[in-house]
Amino acid sequence: MKVLEINHCNKKFGENEVLKDISLSVSEGQVVSIIGPSGSGKSTLLRCATLLETMDKGDLIYLGDYAAKANEEGASVYGDENQLRALKKHFGLVFQNFNLFPHYSVMRNITEPPILIGKRPKEEVFAEARVLLAKMGLSEKEKAYPHQLSGGQQQRVSIARALAMKPKILFFDEPTSALDPELTGEILKVIQDLAAEHMTMVIVTHEMSFARDVSDHIIFMDGGVIVEEGAPEEVIEHPKQERTKAFLCRFQS
Amino acid sequence: MGVAGYLNIAQQLGEGMLATLLIFVLTLVFSMPLGLLVAFARMSKWAPFGFLLHKDAGAVKGHGGHLRGGLAAFQPIQFLAKVFISILRGTPLMLQLLVVYFAPFYIFGISLSKGYRLIAVILGFSINYAAYFAEIYRSGIQSVPVGQYEAAAVLGYNKYQTFFKIVFPQMVKRILPPVTNEIITLVKDTAMAFVLNYTEMFTLAKQIAAAKTTIIPLFVAGAFYFVFNAVVAHVMERVEKALSYYR
Repeated sequence: MKVLEINHCNKKFGENEVLKDISLSVSEGQVVSIIGPSGSGKSTLLRCATLLETMDKGDLIYLGDYAAKANEEGASVYGDENQLRALKKHFGLVFQNFNLFPHYSVMRNITEPPILIGKRPKEEVFAEARVLLAKMGLSEKEKAYPHQLSGGQQQRVSIARALAMKPKILFFDEPTSALDPELTGEILKVIQDLAAEHMTMVIVTHEMSFARDVSDHIIFMDGGVIVEEGAPEEVIEHPKQERTKAFLCRFQS
Repeated sequence: MGVAGYLNIAQQLGEGMLATLLIFVLTLVFSMPLGLLVAFARMSKWAPFGFLLHKDAGAVKGHGGHLRGGLAAFQPIQFLAKVFISILRGTPLMLQLLVVYFAPFYIFGISLSKGYRLIAVILGFSINYAAYFAEIYRSGIQSVPVGQYEAAAVLGYNKYQTFFKIVFPQMVKRILPPVTNEIITLVKDTAMAFVLNYTEMFTLAKQIAAAKTTIIPLFVAGAFYFVFNAVVAHVMERVEKALSYYR
């Protein structure tokens, strides 16, 4: 079963074409990492997939349901507000800058969306949230506010917030880029644990060795196109394209 | 004049103080929500002629293209809100009060009862303060990081949930200092109701001062405003403290 399918996605910002005919699909339980230099379009691709940006051309499909369908000319036609909101239940997104709600306690950050949006019973949601917090090693922080936490702790809360909605697929947009180097490990560990539980994930990252270890599939993007993709050993250890080699060279020291 | 004298003046001013308080409270009650509506209008991106640019963006060139582009970008609600705000901030409050009071008669020929005096005062103040509050709200709303909207959007919050649950509480915290300024200014501005002969405290103080040829009532009036504003400042400080649990 394909959790996510993107077919022939194009995206322009004004005259600047940031995504050119991108296609990708993610199966259940698959972990896909997207790597590439900044400005390569990988974050834009993630933002299109999570409906924060609209694609100009192509299909966007979650579990067989179309969020956007290309018409005869290829232009993306999006579903209406209700259809899109229903599809949002399928995915979660972890931001580079966490984007926790500062006026909510850790517990409310995690529990409000499933209660308010998911219309689920309070007791159940709270019980699940405590399990999630325990998993993130943050059990004693449930009453804390985001500003009282370290960056790594905030990012773990935001992962818990995304997981509380029980998404079928979880996107990570450079989840460690805003963290101090000594804090990246704790986030990568959490993602690794999720991978071990067969969570379907798409991760935009600059952590090459992490991407190699955690993913089933690696996509290297540059200049708005997928330059090379395949198994981690192939793309990271034995890249075929010159651009991939040049990019990876800068990460091997 | 002894203590009894001061108390006597304060007593005579008492009724006026209530009138001042009435103007103050009613103006806040009406202008604060009205300001939010004006702020929404000011931030409106509704462009009813936008369709002119959608389909054939490439075709908009040559003769008439400029006009067409301009029309497509025209945002009528935002434009009206800007005009509203610029007029109310750009002309004296005193003039606005006179217009609100006399316009029904001189423009529409409607003669209104004496009771309209208070209505005109509240209406004039409320509209004027709404314009200022609107800009304060706008600055507060626009200072909430875009990431907050994006996080809410991805979690499935709709527009209203995003605004009332996520943006509004953060806006309130951010705008407290300028709102305090505005409320303090309002306390003193209530004295301007005298232009419509509405007998609030300052009007009374002037009358008593003139009748008894003493400036003591004016000092008492000054003390009243000062104490009133000290209370306002104190209350607002408490509110700020109450919201300091997050950053």
